[in-house]
Amino acid sequence: MFKWLDPYAKPQRLYAVCGAWQRVLMPMAWLTLLIGVVWGLGFTPADYQQGDSYRIIHIHVPAAIWSMGAYSSMAIAAFIALVWQIKVAQWAIGAIAPIGACFTLIALFTGSFWGKPMWGTWWEWDARLTSELILLFLYVGVIALQNAFADRETGDKAASLLAMVGVVNLPIIHFSVEWWNTLHQGASITKFAKPSIDPSMLWPLLICMLAFALLLAALTCLRLRTAILQHEQHRSWVRDLAEEPTDAKV
Amino acid sequence: MPKFNFASFADFLAMGNYALYVWLSFGLTFVVLFGLWFISNRQQQQFHQQLRVRIAREARVRQHQSQQPSQVQEP
Amino acid sequence: MSIAAVFMATFRRDLRLLARQKSDWLNPLFFFLVVLSLFPLGIGAKPNLLREIAPGIIWIAALLSVLLGAERLFKQDYRDGVLEQLVSARLPLPAYVLAKMAASWCASGLPLIIVSPLLALLLGLSESAFVAVVATLLLGTPLLTLLSALGAALTLSADKGGILLALVILPFYIPLLIFASAAVEQAAFGLPYGAQLAIIAAMLCLALALVPFAVFKALKLNVG
Repeated sequence: MFKWLDPYAKPQRLYAVCGAWQRVLMPMAWLTLLIGVVWGLGFTPADYQQGDSYRIIHIHVPAAIWSMGAYSSMAIAAFIALVWQIKVAQWAIGAIAPIGACFTLIALFTGSFWGKPMWGTWWEWDARLTSELILLFLYVGVIALQNAFADRETGDKAASLLAMVGVVNLPIIHFSVEWWNTLHQGASITKFAKPSIDPSMLWPLLICMLAFALLLAALTCLRLRTAILQHEQHRSWVRDLAEEPTDAKV
Repeated sequence: MPKFNFASFADFLAMGNYALYVWLSFGLTFVVLFGLWFISNRQQQQFHQQLRVRIAREARVRQHQSQQPSQVQEP
Repeated sequence: MSIAAVFMATFRRDLRLLARQKSDWLNPLFFFLVVLSLFPLGIGAKPNLLREIAPGIIWIAALLSVLLGAERLFKQDYRDGVLEQLVSARLPLPAYVLAKMAASWCASGLPLIIVSPLLALLLGLSESAFVAVVATLLLGTPLLTLLSALGAALTLSADKGGILLALVILPFYIPLLIFASAAVEQAAFGLPYGAQLAIIAAMLCLALALVPFAVFKALKLNVG
């Protein structure tokens, strides 16, 4: 069924394909992010209750959603590696994990900065932030596990197994943290009062969502290429590349 | 065409008194994202650099060995 | 050898090892009690406060204790080459894995359940809270064991074993911690906690279905 994908499983081919994708996606990603951010910062009306601080939503929500999207992508890559025995899919996990971890960090500190004017404190153990924190721990676990082995291949395989186990746990963790939060709710009402989403506010939010998605894809291509080079460094095609003058920052 | 929300640029920077939180959020986000991009690029360049060093070293070893045929070859 | 034969052989062997090396199950047990005692020492021994945080600290101490005992699960067999033999001999590895996990539960889970009356004493648990503690431990410790076995299998040939195992597995303990401590808390207030127990049971079933397979794969990749 997926025979047409077979050539892409070969590292050398994938290296070239990722290079092409990267050249297109990277500038698109940064441009989209710029447009979304500028639009959201300057060209939408302020929220009725939260004033101008709600603008952080344009970063916080896309980062949070794509932090989970990145983890799912890792798990899908792991699954592909397991079922179809494709090595490059396993290498993708090491490529995606740091990107996902960065998105999670962004979600965490933007969530904190968004909440400070509302709650008065820099941190609250509410459902969304706590879930993101646990997601960060999951990422750290995958990255740490991958780097803990003398043999790189064992590390890749172990990390891919962990990513798959983790993705099963993700909804369970999410659900239990939501439930835990309702249980221990103080007298205060919902912390993240959703700003009344005016349609004009929706556009920059969607554009930023797209931007984060493009950035995830572009950075993955970049990091996957490095991973391919590292794993294939004994091959002649990699050595030939090294002979060439320095690859420009592309 | 959406219109600019703020009366002046000073107002834009002030973000209705939430300047610290808004600009810190957006600023740190860009620092993290650019940092990730920069580090990822540097990792690739470092790989190329190290590989070139290794190839050069292997060439030197081969040259050295071919100049001393009477000595025991390294495995 | 048939699956049942491998299971019984491995299980009996591990139990015999536990009987001989009593530290393998006594250490985690005393660790549990020590950690538990740290809380009143660190936070203050007010009876009301202790009763309030008891559900949480019992479960935190329990999961840390099981985690501590996890590293030894496959290490000895890995070092002795037993694992390699098992993998290459094409013996039913799942049976071996299940037996190891059963024995591990006897070492780290069962002692906690047996010692739980002591907890009622130390933390001033009410009768209903105590029953809930035993119920959650009965359902929860097998889940702890399953997950810790997964951690042990994944980090088997890694350099920094112990802490890495904890780092990898602790996030997976969080849902169990949430529901188990909530169940005991509900019981302390005299409220029904069947729903929380049902959720723990469901998580246990899910783990029983999926984890042995993952452990089996992890062992193969560490040995291969």
